[in-house]
Amino acid sequence: MNVVESRGLGKRYGRTWALRECTLEIPAGCVAALVGPNGAGKTTLLNLAVGLTAPSAGGLTVLGGRRAGSPAALDGIAFVAQDTPVYKTLSVADMLSITRSLNRRFDQPYARARLDELGIPLKRRAGKLSGGQQAQLALTLALARRPRLLVLDEPVAALDPVARHDFMATVLAAAAAAADGVSVLLSSHVLTELERVASYLVLMSGGRVQLAGAVADLLAAHGRSSLEELALHYLRETAPEVTR
Amino acid sequence: MTALTRPARPGEDDAAPRPLPWRRMAGVTWRQHRMTLAGVAVLLGALAVWLWTAGTPLHNTWATAAACHPASSPSCQNLISAFDSTATNKFMGSKGAGGVLLQLIPALIGAFAGAPVLARELETGTFRFAWTQGFARWRWALAKLVLLALALAAATAAFGVLVSWYYQPYEGVGGQFLGLNENTPFAYGFSLREVTFPAWTLAAFAIAALAGVLIRRVVPAIVATLVVYAGLAFAAAGLLREHYLAPLATTRLDLPGTTTDWVLGQWFTKNGRFAFGGNPPSSILNQFCSSGKAAGPSFAPCLSPHGYVQWTSYQPASRFWPFQWIEGGWLLALSALLIAAAIWLVHRRAA
Repeated sequence: MNVVESRGLGKRYGRTWALRECTLEIPAGCVAALVGPNGAGKTTLLNLAVGLTAPSAGGLTVLGGRRAGSPAALDGIAFVAQDTPVYKTLSVADMLSITRSLNRRFDQPYARARLDELGIPLKRRAGKLSGGQQAQLALTLALARRPRLLVLDEPVAALDPVARHDFMATVLAAAAAAADGVSVLLSSHVLTELERVASYLVLMSGGRVQLAGAVADLLAAHGRSSLEELALHYLRETAPEVTR
Repeated sequence: MTALTRPARPGEDDAAPRPLPWRRMAGVTWRQHRMTLAGVAVLLGALAVWLWTAGTPLHNTWATAAACHPASSPSCQNLISAFDSTATNKFMGSKGAGGVLLQLIPALIGAFAGAPVLARELETGTFRFAWTQGFARWRWALAKLVLLALALAAATAAFGVLVSWYYQPYEGVGGQFLGLNENTPFAYGFSLREVTFPAWTLAAFAIAALAGVLIRRVVPAIVATLVVYAGLAFAAAGLLREHYLAPLATTRLDLPGTTTDWVLGQWFTKNGRFAFGGNPPSSILNQFCSSGKAAGPSFAPCLSPHGYVQWTSYQPASRFWPFQWIEGGWLLALSALLIAAAIWLVHRRAA
């Protein structure tokens, strides 16, 4: 089963194509990293995958053929958006209750235990939490939904190194602990963080997918020793096209 | 690290899942909008207390006057004129500004409750949280807007009942204040009653919700709502209201409801043909009403001996409640339409 499958996918804002001719097959059970400079089309692709945006061209299905954004698709996908938005005036307990109401499944004991571990009090207003805590709260809410696909848009961009490490550790633990395999799709321009976690790579620039495949295969095929090296090499090569 | 245990999830794979029950939105709406609802409750509560305090002495004065027999006796007339002076001087009376100020309340409640529902989500980015949960986003928007609309309608209808209670003594004296009277389309009692008050609040709420999706920012959406609402309110009072039902025309000089009917226009005919509308031209006045007695609104006494017939078109006071329901009806339809448009935009809009 492919968790994300797209054919000729494109998204246009006005006359500019944010994403075009995107054909992808991301298999289930991996941590897929979307890598590329700002404006590469990463957020656009993720918004399409969770149904926040409708495609201008082509099509996209998730979780083995479900139309992106359909109730069946959103039932199995949890999305943590850029800057991890939470209702700042509501308490952590309210956020828990709201997420629970809005979803078929919600693992309340997991969520509470996790927040307890993180030292996030239930009565605290979400807006009063630190940036790292807000990100962890958003991630906890997403994981408590027991998604089959976890989509994260630049989850660590705004975090300090410690928070960044903790956040990724949570993602990895969740991916590893899930018996029937939660797949992860995340975008980032922090390459070092991805090195540890990514097993599938989608390299993007200029609104196009430049390279996609299992990390091990790509490294072997291109004779590179690290994901960072591979990504930098490719992004430099395609850079002129980006600026054009 | 807490272990994430995941039991098997049987038989949920490909078939579209049954939608989550609507009742789940009650808690969500309450948690997100309880401050708004509390604000509305405090505002209406304070106004209700004020209306009650102002209305109780009014009712007492009226009760004393009404209990007086015989009504034509000088002492009873004194009581009635005492009531009249209390009534006109009160804040909410025909000479007070209270009724005009109260007209702002539906607009304010609707704008401040309605604009944030969608605009705040779009402004702060939380729509990316709310619209990617298992509850389809159009259902999410529909449930929120309908629940809030019902809460606001119930609260404002209750307040409208209190306004009607306040005006009871005025109606008792057959006096100057039935809402359709005053010979003005802006008769301010009219839009504050138990049908129109919630209807206007809903209209403001629906305008604000739609403005919120279109403008995507709370404060500009509130401002836009107040502007659109003001236009609608003035159009309704100044242009639409008098046409809700075809006006009656009569040649009687004393209308059945004397001071409570809403006079829309006057004209004169001579020999069955239209002579002139409104006030007589000065040439005719100089010819027939030279005595100067005709300074009042009625020129009929001096003109009728010369073959002129005065016509009056009016809305009888008995149409007060039909007019209430007509206005309430079209406002409700408009609100439903605007809310449907807002939901459609949430459903369709590429965020």
